[in-house]
Amino acid sequence: MRIVVLLKAVPVVGNEKLVDGWRVDRSAGLEANGNDEYVLEAGLKLVEQHGGELVTLTMGPTPAMEAIRKALAMGAARAVHVQDPVLAGSDTLATGLVLAAALRKMEYDLVLAGADTSDGQGGIVGAAVATRLGLPYLSYAAHIEPDPSAETIRVRRISAAGYDVIEAPMPAFVAGTQLLGEPRYPSLRGIMQARSKEIATWTLADVGVEASSVGSSAALTEVDSATPPPPRAGATIVREAPEIAAERIVEFLASRRLV
Amino acid sequence: MTDMQTMAPRASEPAAPPAGGAFVVRAAEPGEVFTPERLDETQLAIRDAVREFVARSVEPRRGDVEARDYATHRALLRELGEQGYLGVDVPEQYGGAGLDKVTSLLVSEGLAEAGSLAVTYGAHVGIGTLPLVFFGTEAQRRRWLPGLADGSIVAAYALTEPGAGSDAQGIRARADLSSDGTHYLLNGSKQFITNAGFADLFTVYAKVGGEQMTAFLVPRDTPGLTVEAEEHKLGVRGSSTCALTLADARVPAENVLGEVGRGHIVAFNVLNVGRFKLAAGCLGGMRPAIDRAIAYAADRRLFGRRLLDFPLTAERIARMAERTYAVESVTYRSAGLIDGRLAGAHGDAEQARAALEEYAIECSIAKVLASDGLNEVVDDLLQLMGGYGYVEDGGAAAMYRDARIHQIWEGTNEVNRLLVPGMLLRRAMRGRLDLLGPAKRAGDALLSPEAPIEDGTPLDEELRQVRAMRTALLVAAGIAVQRYGDRLEDEQEVLYRLADLAIALFAAESAVLRARASGDGLQANLARLVVLSSIAAVERGTAEVAGRVQEGDERRMTLAGLRRVLRRDPIDGVALRRAVAAALIERGGYRGV
Ligand SMILES: Cc1cc2nc3c(=O)[nH]c(=O)nc-3n(C[C@H](O)[C@H](O)[C@H](O)COP(=O)(O)OP(=O)(O)OC[C@H]3O[C@@H](n4cnc5c(N)ncnc54)[C@H](O)[C@@H]3O)c2cc1C
Ligand SMILES: Cc1cc2nc3c(=O)[nH]c(=O)nc-3n(C[C@H](O)[C@H](O)[C@H](O)COP(=O)(O)OP(=O)(O)OC[C@H]3O[C@@H](n4cnc5c(N)ncnc54)[C@H](O)[C@@H]3O)c2cc1C
Repeated sequence: MRIVVLLKAVPVVGNEKLVDGWRVDRSAGLEANGNDEYVLEAGLKLVEQHGGELVTLTMGPTPAMEAIRKALAMGAARAVHVQDPVLAGSDTLATGLVLAAALRKMEYDLVLAGADTSDGQGGIVGAAVATRLGLPYLSYAAHIEPDPSAETIRVRRISAAGYDVIEAPMPAFVAGTQLLGEPRYPSLRGIMQARSKEIATWTLADVGVEASSVGSSAALTEVDSATPPPPRAGATIVREAPEIAAERIVEFLASRRLV
Repeated sequence: MTDMQTMAPRASEPAAPPAGGAFVVRAAEPGEVFTPERLDETQLAIRDAVREFVARSVEPRRGDVEARDYATHRALLRELGEQGYLGVDVPEQYGGAGLDKVTSLLVSEGLAEAGSLAVTYGAHVGIGTLPLVFFGTEAQRRRWLPGLADGSIVAAYALTEPGAGSDAQGIRARADLSSDGTHYLLNGSKQFITNAGFADLFTVYAKVGGEQMTAFLVPRDTPGLTVEAEEHKLGVRGSSTCALTLADARVPAENVLGEVGRGHIVAFNVLNVGRFKLAAGCLGGMRPAIDRAIAYAADRRLFGRRLLDFPLTAERIARMAERTYAVESVTYRSAGLIDGRLAGAHGDAEQARAALEEYAIECSIAKVLASDGLNEVVDDLLQLMGGYGYVEDGGAAAMYRDARIHQIWEGTNEVNRLLVPGMLLRRAMRGRLDLLGPAKRAGDALLSPEAPIEDGTPLDEELRQVRAMRTALLVAAGIAVQRYGDRLEDEQEVLYRLADLAIALFAAESAVLRARASGDGLQANLARLVVLSSIAAVERGTAEVAGRVQEGDERRMTLAGLRRVLRRDPIDGVALRRAVAAALIERGGYRGV
């Protein structure tokens, strides 16, 4: 099975900084979006079970490299990094356009993406890419089960009542959740192997997208304002013996009308 | 060489790596000193990966590790092997990764937080595996190393005996060759053997014919080999420590490791790595102690304030950080020296052995400084926590108990201290290191005090003090050799102090050069503190040496000269420590340094 995982590099959660009033600072300290590591894990397991190859696809600035290297150390075979100065400030629409264009140049049976990101939190890019490529879109996946002989894929989609089982022919697009299972961490062996894995860098021209359709000038939406969340208040730590501690906690919750 | 030349960045090609022990006779070039700030991307990723391993694979099984559950130790070693950690020092062609010593350091450092598993791991990859890496024949390496590197075979090292610990050459276990020459019969007993409870392969030292010290590879199922009961220990209780009894243990002749009669060469070379890795492990225990101290003190309230807000708490935290900074600077510098000499040939076992031998002095220094430092730091943590430090569930008690062993094994700290001047003098005698010339020049320098460097660069005064320490050490060593010659060996107190002078000098120079390179304000203050403590130790030590080896006017002259050389403007150490503590608290611990 040939799998492409869409992997976005985001600021470390809790360390996000805004520049120019509203733009997320992506100049350093990026890591893979949490959800994307979960789908990467699911993808790696599928390749382990069914054979094939997993490639990651990232659109992002140079500091995204660290997240890409980690994905390679976790077991991805190769990586594609779409990087171009004119991409800065791109909105969800442009991101979907570029990722879809890159995917047209790749071979796959399955494209995996996270349900959403920790910085943008749009939850739209996946659907946008699937739509542009005309792929069946299976969202909120908690479990992915391909049938390679029938060339179909079956997904458990989280629903209000539990989950729905949905099935589609491959190639298909799956947006996954953290219910897929905790991602592995890189091993020393994986880190050493990653050093000789290929990271292809593609420019906008390489994927065949016009510069005029990306970047902040092409954005259809505009950010009026953005403010960082207020800092967390100090935590109260209860150190008493269990019986007394339990009482303290109940008191605390009661005083806030939480019990 | 003038001061300015010492500090000017080197143009073009890098200098040849300095000889082992060279720090005693000449100032290091800034580029010679490897620091944690110079870790590359791969090394940083490996450091993170080790932390993840501890958090995700060890943490959930910590109870079983500390309860000394053999199966858990074996399973975790296997996992470490699968992930590549057991093969760091094993050449690629035998299933390892043949990596650099800085990476080896990072792994040992990170695994320190794995409690007793770190001991199992350390014995396996260090004294357990390295004898084969360095001295195995092609057939022996092919047979054992892949299994040792993947964790399916667990190794142990059996040198110590009930009657011979530090005096390793005094072992009594003997080996006698069978009349047909096919095997040896081993007899004797071994004491305190780490991993013995579940190890598959023992490197056992015995004397062939009762005389020729020789290393043997002895599989666990060898008839005549008995593993005795577990010891009850002060600390590292989750690790296995047993005695071995050898009663006509039948070992095939092809299991001789290295040459008959050359077992001591095997033992000494392996110890050099052991000491270096042990320093890394101690360092790995120091940083968490600081972070824990800060977290505890931030939480604990007394007299209506946080414990953290008392100046004495800040002073304690600064002291812990100062020790840690010195150990860290020395350990990384030593790793860098070894790697510099290897120049990429990490997978070449013979070159690795030679590089480690070259820096045996630095390895001993790192071992002593790190194990003493760890013990001071955990003692500080325990004291800071008061009664909560003394009871078991506070966490500090176990750290305190576990730290103590490091001053005893891989050569006690007394033995390692005695080795430092011993090796320096031996190298001087064999012409490997010019000690005489610099010692003579240092004697002359006593009459003309060091000119201040004052080039306006940060820590220029500290750099001058480092140079003054070097002069003082050379003077002390010079007068001691002059007075006692060959009989210096019997003057253990003098040798011990010379060792402490060398340790103080190496620590201070490593810290200052690192802080200068980093350009970081906190590091500069930490380096100032290291120099402050080191120079005080040098004053005391040189005065004692002079007091012992000289008399009358001569002694008065030397002491006056030393005072002049070591003279410096007083500084406000209290303010310095407060600033260091404040910066550490702001950064949330030592990790950020
Ligand atoms: C301060 C701020 C200002 C913004 N300004 C604008 C704006 O003006 N107009 C606008 O429309 N948007 C704006 N955005 C949204 C920003 O453009 C999005 O971060 C980006 O389009 C991706 O969307 P997302 O992060 O919401 O991804 P989601 O839709 O939440 O992502 C879903 C999945 O798609 C994949 N994916 C998403 N992005 C990538 C990528 N770059 N590379 C590879 N895979 C990816 C991942 O698998 C991810 O899990 C802004 C965001 C912020 C935080
Ligand atoms: C938990 C544990 C695990 C161990 N694991 C192993 C292992 O895996 N393999 C192995 O072979 N050994 C192992 N050892 C043994 C360890 O290396 C020895 O205990 C150590 O070398 C000291 O030897 P000793 O205990 O016989 O003390 P001794 O040698 O009797 O030393 C007693 C005291 O004399 C001092 N001393 C020694 N020589 C001199 C001198 N020349 N001048 C002045 N003072 C001196 C020492 O510093 C010490 O303070 C282990 C020990 C322990 C406790």
